[in-house]
Amino acid sequence: MEIVYVYTKKRSEFGRQCNFSDKPAELHVDILPDPSLTDNFIDRDPCDVAIQCTQEMSEHEVNTERFDCEPCGINHVEGGWPKDVNSQEMEQTIRYRKKVEKDENYVNTLMQLGSHMEHCIRQNNTIDIYQEYFEEEEIVEEMEGQPSAKTVNVFRDPNEVKRTATSLSWHPDGSCKLAVAYSSMEFQKVTKDMSYDSYIWDLENTNKPEMTLKPVSPLVCLEYNPKDSHILIGGSYNGQIAYWDTRKGSQPVEMSAVEHSHRDPVYKVIWLQSKTGTDSFSASTDGQVLWWDIRKMSEPTERLVLDPSKKGNLDNALGAFSLEFETTMPTKFMVGTEQGVVVSCNRKAKTPAEKIVCTYSGHYGPIYALQRNPFFPKNFLTVADWTARIWSEDIRDSSIMWTKYHMAYLSDGCWSPARPSVFFTVKMDGTLDIWDFLFKQNDPTLSLKVCDEALYSLRVQDNGRFLGCGSQLGTATLLEISSGLCTLQKNEKALATAMFERETKREKILEACHREMRLKERSRSEQSKEDEAKDGEAEESAEELVACAEREFYEVVEAEMKKRGKDDKKEKEKYEGKDGCKEKES
Amino acid sequence: MAEVEETLKRIQAHKGVIGTIVVNAEGIPIRTTLDSSTTVQYAGLLHQLTMKARSTVRDIDPQNDLTFLRIRSKKHEIMVAPDKEYLLIVIQNPSE
Repeated sequence: MEIVYVYTKKRSEFGRQCNFSDKPAELHVDILPDPSLTDNFIDRDPCDVAIQCTQEMSEHEVNTERFDCEPCGINHVEGGWPKDVNSQEMEQTIRYRKKVEKDENYVNTLMQLGSHMEHCIRQNNTIDIYQEYFEEEEIVEEMEGQPSAKTVNVFRDPNEVKRTATSLSWHPDGSCKLAVAYSSMEFQKVTKDMSYDSYIWDLENTNKPEMTLKPVSPLVCLEYNPKDSHILIGGSYNGQIAYWDTRKGSQPVEMSAVEHSHRDPVYKVIWLQSKTGTDSFSASTDGQVLWWDIRKMSEPTERLVLDPSKKGNLDNALGAFSLEFETTMPTKFMVGTEQGVVVSCNRKAKTPAEKIVCTYSGHYGPIYALQRNPFFPKNFLTVADWTARIWSEDIRDSSIMWTKYHMAYLSDGCWSPARPSVFFTVKMDGTLDIWDFLFKQNDPTLSLKVCDEALYSLRVQDNGRFLGCGSQLGTATLLEISSGLCTLQKNEKALATAMFERETKREKILEACHREMRLKERSRSEQSKEDEAKDGEAEESAEELVACAEREFYEVVEAEMKKRGKDDKKEKEKYEGKDGCKEKES
Repeated sequence: MAEVEETLKRIQAHKGVIGTIVVNAEGIPIRTTLDSSTTVQYAGLLHQLTMKARSTVRDIDPQNDLTFLRIRSKKHEIMVAPDKEYLLIVIQNPSE
């Protein structure tokens, strides 16, 4: 249906057509500026205007999906022979070759090529084009400005349920392999499907571990035998020790008997220096340090109970968290305990009581790492609670150097094997700190955030250049540090020696001072005790001391307040004086 | 024929020369002074490398062509003289 509307109009009714004509411009309105209006405005001079002329860009991150690849080899076979010649048949091949040699083209070509080749051979024989001219001059290495470290590789726990990487051990020859022990350190968080395996990773291949170690109970610590790189010893969560031979497969070759093992997880196991290369010792929080010979794992060869009262009482014993053994001092070893005390022991002592030589206290929490400085064995590093401390063997009461209290718990640390003044620590917030106390004492020289979860273990390779750290989700990160931090600087040993001696002397002096003060106090209190002969009970004198201390405290506070009141008054007078001066002037 | 023999013998007699191989266009070693497995390996690998080198040179400038290829490694130097149909390979241990 079409809707149509017809509209008719006569042409005469349309109206006149437009008739344009030119007219000069006519001013209709002219509004002049009114200067009185400017009073409503203030002049602003200068005006700051920000302009930007850049391209708008957006940032976008892309990561490709991981794909699994497997290396495989190819076998080459001889080929290229024409169809009628069987390459295996000597006769046929010889005949073929002879035929080719008779070819004229062959002869000509070879003559030409031969002469060319001879020229080059003679050239080689005449002069060595790669000769080093100024070899004797030492290449002066410039210090590349900033110390840095970069992640080389990341090895992730291939299992679904992630466990913590609690211990790392480098392969003794060449360090191309890293053994990582995985276990769950959280109390009662072990689920049924959590695997017990620990892995040996080849540094080049991050997709798949090179070898799996299958213990009976998850391994807390794992060490390669420095003498025989096929043997590894591991301490497990249930207190047993097991050793593996990588040539024999994933199952442990032998395990220690449960009755004679530790009763708590074995936190550290170290190989000892011995002729047979089969001795090791282990420490656990049940308070014992056990010595083992791996040829006979049914029972430990020796036992030491870490009882500070030297009575061998297991109930009194301090739980051991870390062990330290230096091959240059085979009779001594040190144990770091849960209670924050380092116990120094002598292995060759006759009676168990004499085994414990001395203790060093100063930490508030369990000592997670304990290591002697490889260049200065008299000084050792302990990592516990929120600080790392450096001690000297001679000073028992306190450490000679310590770091400030950090925000996060420190979980592991070690010295650099290449430089005496460099050590590394890892924290529970996932950062790795590299300290160089000859460069800066307050803060780490380099602080890197390795991952978001807590880092639990750290191990430096023997050349000091690579280090591996293990995290809570089982990720082992391999980092390479810049050469400035792993090459020995000139004078470094001398400077480090000087620093250690200085700090040791300071502590000695402080210790001597404290001792004197204590002696004075004691003699004073003894005198006062003699005066008050009747009231000589310990408790009452303690209460008196408390009351005395309170009184003194309040006296000091009042004195301070009075002083402040005087100061305020003085300040006020000053101001008044000033105002007075002004008024006088104006 | 005799000249070829003489040339090859002369090349082999030079100081430091470890081995000589003549390879044809299909990669078959015609003449060699090394053992068979090494020869096969060298022949196959260097043939491909020479092809690649030649194509590289010609890609950059089509008028150009590969005349000689020298690979210097830690242990010795491999020299390849290419031709349209044959390849002369010499392995030499340079002066030091």
